[in-house]
Amino acid sequence: MKTVTLTLTNPSELFIEGQNITPDNFAGRKAAEIAALDVWEGKQKSPLGKYFTVEGDGGATAEETKIVLRGDCTRVKRIGQQMTAGEIVIEGNADMYIGGWMKGGKIHVKGNVDSFCGIGMEGGELIVDGNAAHHLGSSPRGEWRGMQGGVIRVAGNAGNDTATFINGGTIVIGGDADIHISTHGEGGTVIVKGNAKGRVGGQMVKGDIYVYGTIENPLPGFSMVDEVEQEVDGETARFAHYIGDLGERHPTSKGKTVYANLYTKL
Amino acid sequence: MPKKIENVGCPYCGVCCDDLVVTVSDDGKQILEVENACAIGNQIFHHATGSERVKLPRLRQPDGTYKDISYDEAVDYAAKVLYNAKKPLIYGFGSTNCEGMAAAAKVAETAGAVLDNCASICHGSSFLAIFDNGYPSCTLGETKNRADVIVYWGANPAHAHPRHMSRYSIFPRGFFTGKGHKSRKIVVIDPRHTDTAQVADIHLQVKQGHDYELFDAFRAVVRGHEIPEEVAGIKRERILEVVEIMKKARFGTIFYGMGLCHSDGRNHNVDIAISLTRDLNDYTKWTIMAMRGHYNITGPGAVWSWQYGFPYCLDLTKKDIAHMNPGETSSVDLAMRDEVDAFINIGTDAGAHFPIEAVKHLRKHPWITIDPNICMASEISDLHIPVGIVGVEVPGIVYRMDNVPIQYRKVIDPPEGVISDEELFERIHKRLSELEAEEAAKGPAKAAPEGVRAEE
Ligand code: SF4
Repeated sequence: MKTVTLTLTNPSELFIEGQNITPDNFAGRKAAEIAALDVWEGKQKSPLGKYFTVEGDGGATAEETKIVLRGDCTRVKRIGQQMTAGEIVIEGNADMYIGGWMKGGKIHVKGNVDSFCGIGMEGGELIVDGNAAHHLGSSPRGEWRGMQGGVIRVAGNAGNDTATFINGGTIVIGGDADIHISTHGEGGTVIVKGNAKGRVGGQMVKGDIYVYGTIENPLPGFSMVDEVEQEVDGETARFAHYIGDLGERHPTSKGKTVYANLYTKL
Repeated sequence: MPKKIENVGCPYCGVCCDDLVVTVSDDGKQILEVENACAIGNQIFHHATGSERVKLPRLRQPDGTYKDISYDEAVDYAAKVLYNAKKPLIYGFGSTNCEGMAAAAKVAETAGAVLDNCASICHGSSFLAIFDNGYPSCTLGETKNRADVIVYWGANPAHAHPRHMSRYSIFPRGFFTGKGHKSRKIVVIDPRHTDTAQVADIHLQVKQGHDYELFDAFRAVVRGHEIPEEVAGIKRERILEVVEIMKKARFGTIFYGMGLCHSDGRNHNVDIAISLTRDLNDYTKWTIMAMRGHYNITGPGAVWSWQYGFPYCLDLTKKDIAHMNPGETSSVDLAMRDEVDAFINIGTDAGAHFPIEAVKHLRKHPWITIDPNICMASEISDLHIPVGIVGVEVPGIVYRMDNVPIQYRKVIDPPEGVISDEELFERIHKRLSELEAEEAAKGPAKAAPEGVRAEE
């Protein structure tokens, strides 16, 4: 695997849109060619090299390409957007859409990320050591087929609207989550190891949610059915099992109605 | 002889009353009387001729005062600001006609700007819900002629849309609703005991910020499930009672307002209201409608959706791609995150409506206000360009809150020399195109206007 190191040496006045910063686009390119790729600052299109110094060449394919971002990328959007393979390590914070529409490979952010990270994700792994803002692993606006697959791990807290319209894949939040988890969900799993504020599983059709802490405002559309012991994220624990959202439509499978499941740790 | 003009549309709120009678003086310069309008509608007409109007664009000087300049100079200044900015924001359009909105969109596209309207801080969340969940709506005429159950959820038309209840919802006698008020049931759901709640048969005083839970309970009951004894501060029996009324209706309409759009969850509150409306259609006919605020704030949604496929928060910086994602491309977020470097405020007052922090961020860059009147935004701008008042001095198409287009007319002429929003944007567009052509011809040699600013 070959490593390309980007160091943000000349920060932008506005935000940089870096959708070209993916192993897919860097693969097969020499450092100088990578520095010539387009990034946007508002309506201004510039070469990547205007803001970043580029060291190292890309690998032959995306799988063989690793990108390391240094410097303060708090104002850089869309890193790793639509990537299919390879690896990205962001040493500090990053802005919006990190790993958006990602299909494969791995992104590791050592700081915090802003909103819309991992939206429309189909595969791969997005790991955030800090906090994530809103719409983590959510669907893009108006898109009723949300996250399809892959794993998102946020060590800290998440904002509101996590996993809206989730269809598959797993999201693990180490800390607390704000309102709206898996709203309109049709599958997938969300695990909140801290507390949830409320509206957990609203309008949810199918899928699973685990909340280890408390839910400040539980929804009336969820009803407790039993207690279960389950292995979640490598550890086994007892959970109260609720089904819902009883207000929402639900499909039937083999003559039985399929509900979404909400588990709260006992 | 003073002249009476009939069937005049009111350029104030989204009810778009089009039955006003306006009396103008002999010389056609003064508005003497306005009949049929409510108090706020009345005011907008009298304000036109009863107050001191700005008749020329005003440019901020280094000493902080304003100096009158010509429209040509103002057009040149605005075009250069847009041309030189990396990401200008054009926001407003609550109070102008569709012709002006279309012309502004042309400017935004050429300038590579973000184009946004007041829905961004108002019913924008309704758009998001509609994208996600559809919009089983109707026209106000259908409500008037058919509805026997009306729900106002988080809306207070008694104050915000004064003639809504008398023209369309509670009081009028329609084709199938000949008994008017007597044959209708009115449900108001609001944490406050509003003046609208006063006229309701049932008022559910929902706990502030918990509408989503209440909707969820309504939906669970509609599907025949048990719910807890109390949800969002409302007892189970009351919820069962209201659901029964809704299911037994012949035709119902849910009108909702800022109570849903401006409390926690925003679009999701509207979204689940839409889901409830759909559920109720398993039993009878139910519809839902947003109580849009200004008389033509529905307009930019209609015009820009037709032009670009999105109703608001349009990022046109890539020119051939329209990108929309509120939270990122919405005006207040752009301002708070310092994502834009020039601002045009048109047909609204961002100075009064935006959070002060957002205003401070925007104020670091050139700020132009286009408005017939003096407002907070005009007083902190680098440039204020006056225009004619739509519906009073300028005719045009407006969209009522139910998406019905209405041709508005003018009753008097604008002050001498004052032009319309449409003409102004067409002229800015022409100047902008000239600048682009010059640039293409001789490379980068553009004079940036001084970003002269008022005292903070
Ligand atoms: S209800 Fe609205 S449109 Fe009708 S007169 Fe009053 S302000 Fe004007």
